[in-house]
Amino acid sequence: MSEATILEPPLDPPRAAPPAAHAGAHDDAPHGFWSTYFFSTDHKHIAKQYLLTGLCMAVIGGLLAHVMRMHLAFPDRAVPGFGEVPAGTYNALITMHGTIMIFFVAMPVLLGGFGNFLIPLMIGARDMAFPRLNMMSYWTFLVSCLILLGSFFVPGGASPAGWTAYPPLSANVAYSGAAWGVPLWIAAVALEFVAFLMGGINFITTAINLRAPGMKMFDLPMMVWMQLVASVIFLFSVGPLVAGAVLLLLDRVAGTGFYNPGAGGDPLLYQHLFWFFGHPEVYVILLPGLGIVAEILPVFARKPLFGYRMVVYATLATGVLSFIVWAHHQFVSGIDPRLASAFSITTILISVPVAITMFAFVATLWRGAIELKAAMLFAIGMVGVFFWGGVTGIINGSAAADIYVHDTYFVVAHFHYALIPPVFFSLFAGIYYWYPKMFGRMLNETLGKIHFWGTFLFVNVTFMPMFGLGLRGYPRRTFDPRVFAHLGDLHPLQLAATLGTIGLLLFQIPFVLNFFGSLRFGAVAGKNPWRANTLEWTVPSPPGHGNFEGTPVVYRGPYEYSAPGRDADWFPQDVAPGRPL
Amino acid sequence: MHLMPVAASSYAGDIDRVMWVITLIVGVWFVAAEGILLWFTFRYRKKDGVRAAYVPGKSFRQTGWILIPCVAILVCDLAIDAFGERVWKTIKEKVPPAQLQIGVEGRQWAWTFTHPGKDGILGSPDDIVIPNEIHVPVGENVAFTLGAADCLHSFWVPELRLKQDAVPGRHIQGWFRATRPGSYGVLCAELCGVAHGLMRGTLYVDTEADYERWLDSRIAAQPASQAAAFQAAPTPAPQPAPKTGGKS
Repeated sequence: MSEATILEPPLDPPRAAPPAAHAGAHDDAPHGFWSTYFFSTDHKHIAKQYLLTGLCMAVIGGLLAHVMRMHLAFPDRAVPGFGEVPAGTYNALITMHGTIMIFFVAMPVLLGGFGNFLIPLMIGARDMAFPRLNMMSYWTFLVSCLILLGSFFVPGGASPAGWTAYPPLSANVAYSGAAWGVPLWIAAVALEFVAFLMGGINFITTAINLRAPGMKMFDLPMMVWMQLVASVIFLFSVGPLVAGAVLLLLDRVAGTGFYNPGAGGDPLLYQHLFWFFGHPEVYVILLPGLGIVAEILPVFARKPLFGYRMVVYATLATGVLSFIVWAHHQFVSGIDPRLASAFSITTILISVPVAITMFAFVATLWRGAIELKAAMLFAIGMVGVFFWGGVTGIINGSAAADIYVHDTYFVVAHFHYALIPPVFFSLFAGIYYWYPKMFGRMLNETLGKIHFWGTFLFVNVTFMPMFGLGLRGYPRRTFDPRVFAHLGDLHPLQLAATLGTIGLLLFQIPFVLNFFGSLRFGAVAGKNPWRANTLEWTVPSPPGHGNFEGTPVVYRGPYEYSAPGRDADWFPQDVAPGRPL
Repeated sequence: MHLMPVAASSYAGDIDRVMWVITLIVGVWFVAAEGILLWFTFRYRKKDGVRAAYVPGKSFRQTGWILIPCVAILVCDLAIDAFGERVWKTIKEKVPPAQLQIGVEGRQWAWTFTHPGKDGILGSPDDIVIPNEIHVPVGENVAFTLGAADCLHSFWVPELRLKQDAVPGRHIQGWFRATRPGSYGVLCAELCGVAHGLMRGTLYVDTEADYERWLDSRIAAQPASQAAAFQAAPTPAPQPAPKTGGKS
């Protein structure tokens, strides 16, 4: 607790101090340009730093995908603006696209961005429990981004070992040819985990200890629950992976043999360490994505989230189950085949708690008064597209079927359908919804709707054909389809997927224009433009340093919309019972 | 255009059946869920003067609408598990008695197949060792021992629905019984370096007579010294320059 004495601003748990004690907190806010925008300990600034860094990485990750898709559609031509894509470059592209999108987009945006911004605001806290740790988390993350991007420019290029970096390919420079790329990849990813470890400790401590007076755990907005469970999952799963990465680095630079069978090691050990983290990681990403949707659906349907407690329990069950499914990535990897059936059962069972959550979202719409704003379109779209990812996961999860679809485009299609909804649909839904709170201005709804319909259409144009490719036995990570005669007639599907990617990228332009244009031209938002209940809407947009003027007191759950016996169809969490709004 | 490649092994049909049964079961849920989502979205659009219903979903009377279907999902899940498990066990857990033993080794970036010669014994001097070419007679159980010389590879023949990773330091046992004569691509399904996408071989499923003829021609064409020379050849050095090392 010694750090607590050096925290700035003072961060006593709100319930421990009367509101007046914080009256002077605003004066502690740093005023200089650098200290405000760069070295701020304010969770809202750190959130924006994470969000913008994540979005920049998303642009890079998206352009890498574009180069791959162009190459696959036109393998005998140079990619405009990039040039030839030889095999080594192609392998670096797939590696960096996956690494960037999972570790350097999904996590910074969903956890670093939305988690940081919303947790203190939603629970009535003045900041994170450990603001300096929070700042350190971001800067560590930024360094990891720079190391990763820098690896493009070292001799031998970026890591070509796949985003999973399986040894021996990743452990031996003779096999991969990337003398610098792989160690830099390992360093970047390990450092990124350190950043999110700091963030996770902060999230958990904040959500549990800094809740406003009266706010019980079952009064937490679902977003906070999801961030909390995601952080716990991350904390419990990341250790083995960091260990695995360190062992890999030692194999690589110090000549140890943890994964080298010639020295008594085993490559499969790495796969277990990687996926023991890697599968829970899917839920670290999915849960905050679901949290965003859970906040938006009730507001734009004007209804309580259906079965709040049921969803919380289902989320906890999902979190627990996520730790015992990892070997479904390894059915045909050479593990003892008798293990497969058990992992198949746990994998397929996880459909039950996830289905409970998704069905609860659908039920929230029943007999609502639905307003299809851009945020709502993306939230409903998230649910609709995620169903594709969910049901196709059952095919991958069945060990017998996985023998065939493993490492084909079917898997590629599946995990894009499973990850694009929580990462991109939720990200966009969240931005359309919370942008007014973050920047004080409204986004343009028309541009938002164009953005949604274009994105929705072209996500399907891009990834639907990949199910067909996979069923026909098209292997993923194949840089030149002309090698395999039997894949020749599948070219129209590759072409369609590439056209989809181009459409997808083009339809992000309205979003970029909207995002930056509205900073200046957007309508002024006011405190609560959506007439929402949660605490972040009770403070000015954007909220000042220290968030709350006094300490809010919470009287009810977050989703009391259209409550009987009340004229207004919303009932903020901090309005005392019996008082008119 | 077929949805999947022709099924050419004894268990290919079983795997396909598992896939289609799962597709059918989850397809029903999928259509229902998407249908209800769309229906609610259009049916309950905001109308002037109509207030949303207050349905918090606290009592079982309400959550039952979700929990009971989820019990049905649980039942479907277990049925899928049970159905798939039998197929998995047949394919992966036990290798049946086989008429032919073959050695398979992946290396950057070629497959090496070791066929027993006339004596039918693997590891004897008359072994036939060929890169990127495997011959088996149709309708016979073939057991293989799969190894890897450098990094991970994955022995994959789509038409046989056969896929198994090759791991350095392990000798993994597997089997198949090809049921249709013909030639099929042998692919590598695990990223194995710069020319991973070029690594391929061919599986020839021959009739019994063709197989014997091929065996005779190989024995005539391949003096023992050649086989020994091939085995003694050093691992081709991985070449950092792309597009060059594929045809090793």
